[in-house]
Amino acid sequence: MNILIKNGRVIDPAASLDKVCDVYIQGEKVIAIGSTVKDFKVDKLIEAKGFVVAPGLVDLMARLKEPGYEHEGMLESELNACIQGGVTSLVCPPDTDPVLDEPGLVDMLKFRAQKMNLSRVHPLGALTKGLHGEALTEMFELTQSGCIGFAQAEVTISNTQVLQRALQYAATYGYCVWLRPLDYYLGQGVAASGPLATRLGLSGVSVAAETIALNTIFALMRSTGAKVHLCRISSAAGVALVAQAKAEGLPLSCDVSINSLHLIDQDIGYFDSRARLTPPLRQQADRAALRQGLASGVIDALVSDHNPVEGDLKALPFAQAEPGATGVELLLSLALKWGAEQKLSLIDTLRVVTSAPAKLLRSTPSLNAAPSVRAPADIIEQGTVGFGELKVGGVADICIFDPESNWMVQPSQLRSQGKFTPFDFDLTGTAMPGQVKATLVGGNLVYSKDL
Amino acid sequence: MQHKRNPQLNKNGELIHLLSTEGLSKQLLTHILDTAENFVSVSDREVKKVPLLRGKSVFNLFFENSTRTRTTFEIAAKRLSADVINLDIARSSTSKGESLLDTIANLSAMAADIFVVRHSESGAPYLIAQNTAPHVHVVNAGDGRHAHPTQGLLDMYTIRRYKGDFSNLCVAVVGDVLHSRVARSDIHALTTLGCAEVRVVGPKTLVPADMAQMGVRVFNNFDEGIKDCDVVIMLRLQNERMNGALLPSSQEYFKGFGLTPQKLALAKPDAIVMHPGPINRGVEIDSAVVDGPQSVILPQVTFGIAVRMAVMSIVAGNDA
Repeated sequence: MNILIKNGRVIDPAASLDKVCDVYIQGEKVIAIGSTVKDFKVDKLIEAKGFVVAPGLVDLMARLKEPGYEHEGMLESELNACIQGGVTSLVCPPDTDPVLDEPGLVDMLKFRAQKMNLSRVHPLGALTKGLHGEALTEMFELTQSGCIGFAQAEVTISNTQVLQRALQYAATYGYCVWLRPLDYYLGQGVAASGPLATRLGLSGVSVAAETIALNTIFALMRSTGAKVHLCRISSAAGVALVAQAKAEGLPLSCDVSINSLHLIDQDIGYFDSRARLTPPLRQQADRAALRQGLASGVIDALVSDHNPVEGDLKALPFAQAEPGATGVELLLSLALKWGAEQKLSLIDTLRVVTSAPAKLLRSTPSLNAAPSVRAPADIIEQGTVGFGELKVGGVADICIFDPESNWMVQPSQLRSQGKFTPFDFDLTGTAMPGQVKATLVGGNLVYSKDL
Repeated sequence: MQHKRNPQLNKNGELIHLLSTEGLSKQLLTHILDTAENFVSVSDREVKKVPLLRGKSVFNLFFENSTRTRTTFEIAAKRLSADVINLDIARSSTSKGESLLDTIANLSAMAADIFVVRHSESGAPYLIAQNTAPHVHVVNAGDGRHAHPTQGLLDMYTIRRYKGDFSNLCVAVVGDVLHSRVARSDIHALTTLGCAEVRVVGPKTLVPADMAQMGVRVFNNFDEGIKDCDVVIMLRLQNERMNGALLPSSQEYFKGFGLTPQKLALAKPDAIVMHPGPINRGVEIDSAVVDGPQSVILPQVTFGIAVRMAVMSIVAGNDA
């Protein structure tokens, strides 16, 4: 199919492009940006005057609840939520039921996701079997099935020797290990340590729970040479340590969640379980450092940390409520809100949800891999050259949005089965900037609204 | 970002649930104490009843075990002429798998007017108050480490009774402040009522430095903490604190932070000694102090009934 997107404000952070022009799409690919294509037979015209035409968003942390919730059609609903949010590629963690620790499970997930033809799904394999933090998984085999890295999801490894060996083994093949920095013992609380947790009588997670884990990870990176992606940094002290480690040259990348970027512990209010999150919301100084760190590049990417939690698991006293919030449909708006508040250009704003996370996924090296063996980077690029960017010859993964249109976050409007978010209009009383008008994945118009 | 109203108050600022002493105005706290004053004499009458809650049903929902608090709420409700239903939830529906909110919905359907709730999780009474029928009032009888507002109020009543004005008082709260809902309710009430100085006293594992964020002075030395105080509130030390590396032993704790007549001599000569009970003699407090002339521990229990009568009659009189 030939698609012409006319008169949109085309923004590609990778090429620092920001101009009003037309985009020509033929089949899966972008064939022209800003120049005209002769004899182009338009099958579908998208009039994008006043809208931004950007690369499809890349979300490095979105839970799809599959395997485990196939019967509830979670994969379908969550991938539909993704495209409604303009997210065309996502990374999902292995904390499913069963855990993604066997190649067959990964094959099945990739197969089912591909058949739906919506967003591209890049699974992380479990770093240890069952995420128990004891035995290593078959990382090589899992990679051949399509895992792009290995993670412990929310389960911290308490045994440092196991962590060291997991990093050594992953480094053998050049695989990236995704870790949320959290000390096992200090990380057992339900809210960030501080005045609010003290006042409400909630058990606290101190900043030291993050900094101790970061120092451990950095020391092990130096000795093993492993490449690590840090998931959802949450504190000012953590940002400072990451900056130091990057300056030292450790092969490190890092992300922050939309929740920590915009909210603080005070947003828990009167024990609102919608603000029961991991990592827990911290204080104002932490939020300021996270916002600054994301702007300066110390933090590479912004993630939705999407976690659809069912109602019964949230209708519980705060500490017992399941942590997590729906988020994939809010990622674009919360990136725009942050960018506007930091007075950033749209190029710099969109970078943290497009080209920066895409670059991070692409840079996974393949060291000992024979030509016939797939490395994570090959898997990612397969048929998706240029994802997270807008370039001629690149794949047409595109998000078109109206930057002037505001919307209210209301559970009934969300396509995700997860209806709980601390950004619910009912809680914040404020509207969200930017509304997705169309999403294209591989040249297919998979979502459009009032176009 | 939150813009929610305090769930304890209706839009006229009247008390519809009692969930915490935090966020209540000085006038409101004083109004509760004044109302309690009127009820104290009811206990001395031949017929110990007033008809304020006649025809109303008070459900005692104790998700966590308690004898004393449940009994005083029951007595208070009966003296207000209410019907009282005690539910031993710890041993009934929730243990059969029913969710907290389903239990609440079922009990609301039985035409309850007041739920008196105790729960082991901080914030559980908020969840209940926000999900119950509008005609039901919730009174928090202790939630996790968060709040025990009727205990806080009866402590305020006791202090006012013996010391009068709060504005020139120094009050020390001693012991396991970290895990104490009583301490939190006392601290919020004392600071709101204009108490000159509130101190928290205990070892650093039980009174961490960030407690100062609640508007109190932190003392990790008992002698300094108790010096020249007008009121000493001792907290119960639970045996499980010896696990989890918070304290080495109850004997060592008593040597460091147990209230003996010698330690009490450091406070003002007319200082009163309070304790929310149940008391661990020889762990946090010496028998000689418990039974001594400065102890007001038993009057606290008596006042507790009047305070609970005041709270229930006030919330029942206000519409959501």
